[in-house]
Amino acid sequence: MSDIPNDRQYTETHEWLRELDDGTIELGITDHAQESLGDLVFVELPEVDSEVATGEECVVVESTKAASDVFSPLDGEITAVNEALEDQPELVNQSPWDEGWLVRIRPAGGMPEGLMDADAYAAHVESEG
Amino acid sequence: MERKTPLHDAHEAAGGRMVGFAGWHMPLTYGSELAEHRAVREDAGMFDVSHMAIVDFEGARAKDFLRKLYANDIARLSTPGAAQYGVMLNPEGGIKDDLISYFRGPERYRTVVNAGTRDADIAWMRKIAADFDVSVNERNDLAMIAVQGPKARERAAAVLPEALKGGALELKPFTASERGDWLVARTGYTGEDGWEIMLPADRAAAFWDNLVEVGIQPAGLAARDSLRLEAGLNLYGNDMDETTHPWESNLGWTVALDPTERDFIGRQAIEKARDASDKKRLVGLVLKDRGVIRHGQTVNTSAGEGIVTSGGFAPTLDRSIALARVPEAAASDPEATVSMRKRELPVAIVKPPFVRRGKIRVNLD
Repeated sequence: MSDIPNDRQYTETHEWLRELDDGTIELGITDHAQESLGDLVFVELPEVDSEVATGEECVVVESTKAASDVFSPLDGEITAVNEALEDQPELVNQSPWDEGWLVRIRPAGGMPEGLMDADAYAAHVESEG
Repeated sequence: MERKTPLHDAHEAAGGRMVGFAGWHMPLTYGSELAEHRAVREDAGMFDVSHMAIVDFEGARAKDFLRKLYANDIARLSTPGAAQYGVMLNPEGGIKDDLISYFRGPERYRTVVNAGTRDADIAWMRKIAADFDVSVNERNDLAMIAVQGPKARERAAAVLPEALKGGALELKPFTASERGDWLVARTGYTGEDGWEIMLPADRAAAFWDNLVEVGIQPAGLAARDSLRLEAGLNLYGNDMDETTHPWESNLGWTVALDPTERDFIGRQAIEKARDASDKKRLVGLVLKDRGVIRHGQTVNTSAGEGIVTSGGFAPTLDRSIALARVPEAAASDPEATVSMRKRELPVAIVKPPFVRRGKIRVNLD
């Protein structure tokens, strides 16, 4: 498994969140997640300006195997989506930490509780075998 | 305990992501299933298909036995190496399995059957064979490797045993050449040219390595599935099973009703099914929108509901395709819709194959 960046936080369901300078939160899926999903062939992104709520589906990633929901880890509003994924869903496989980001969210509150740092996430992945 | 093929260690060493499949521990991909798919369409790829069963039949009445057992007529094969695709039916006309059979001599035949059905198939074969005094020999001492793609034969020929090389390169589609325990057949499951090579299990790992050395890309089950779907080839257990008959599985062409006196197993049932009023057909679907059609989704047609039997992403078409069983009255319609997750999306109804020999064969407009 490639190195897990320590400039961001992680969920148990293998999303990462990175706070940007403008206060928005960038959301993506981890290297472990993209590897488990297999080659992505389609990413369904939400509308910019739409509202998202904690635990609700905000992105659908379809691999050759299956469609998987990416759930929003926080309440907020979508400020940007990664339009490059419309034509190049494989960016999520090739660059899950950078070019393969999914959406940016302006949080209604702060960062959610219960996120993991890189070390805790690495241990979490290990524990799932 | 999952069974392992003679190439199991080679798959693990090559970074194969191993999964359970029909009781076998098999590689799903070696990294990227899309890259493996493209290698087969554009160049050369290979699959370990040793999980399928190779079964040899011998006996003075072997031909009579197989004419009873199979819906296709083995008597149409008369030269050594001639091959035939067909199905084996249950007495109710349902498909027990699809298979390829080879004529090896007047009293000697070989059949290759699917991994998931192999044990049940062989038990059934033995039961019927008892009446014909034919031996049924499961060749677990052999492995099988499929090399597929426009460059597959040329590359693989370079590493075939010398004695097989000339004969193998001259093979016409659906024929085979044998030498000792090696058999090379110009057959496959991808819609591309290529060979399926049977060989002694203890030679398989070294031969696999030789094929890698001449530039043939190992490919896993995921690419095998997307390739066969693009080629419009049925997958047993998805697109057909013991509850579906050949007419509704796009396999009517494999049923030999002539001569009329040949009383093969399932004949009466499928003759009845052919004349029934509530018929269904297996058709191809092409999704007009973005998204991926999946197995089990509902197809909404002008003549009622149908069901997706296999769905997925077609890398060659860069969109989703499917095989679906729909009411016969709707099979010639231009369009239908598929209920996918929260949406109902339009699809074109087409006649498979979607892709053959590297060329797209359906209209994408």
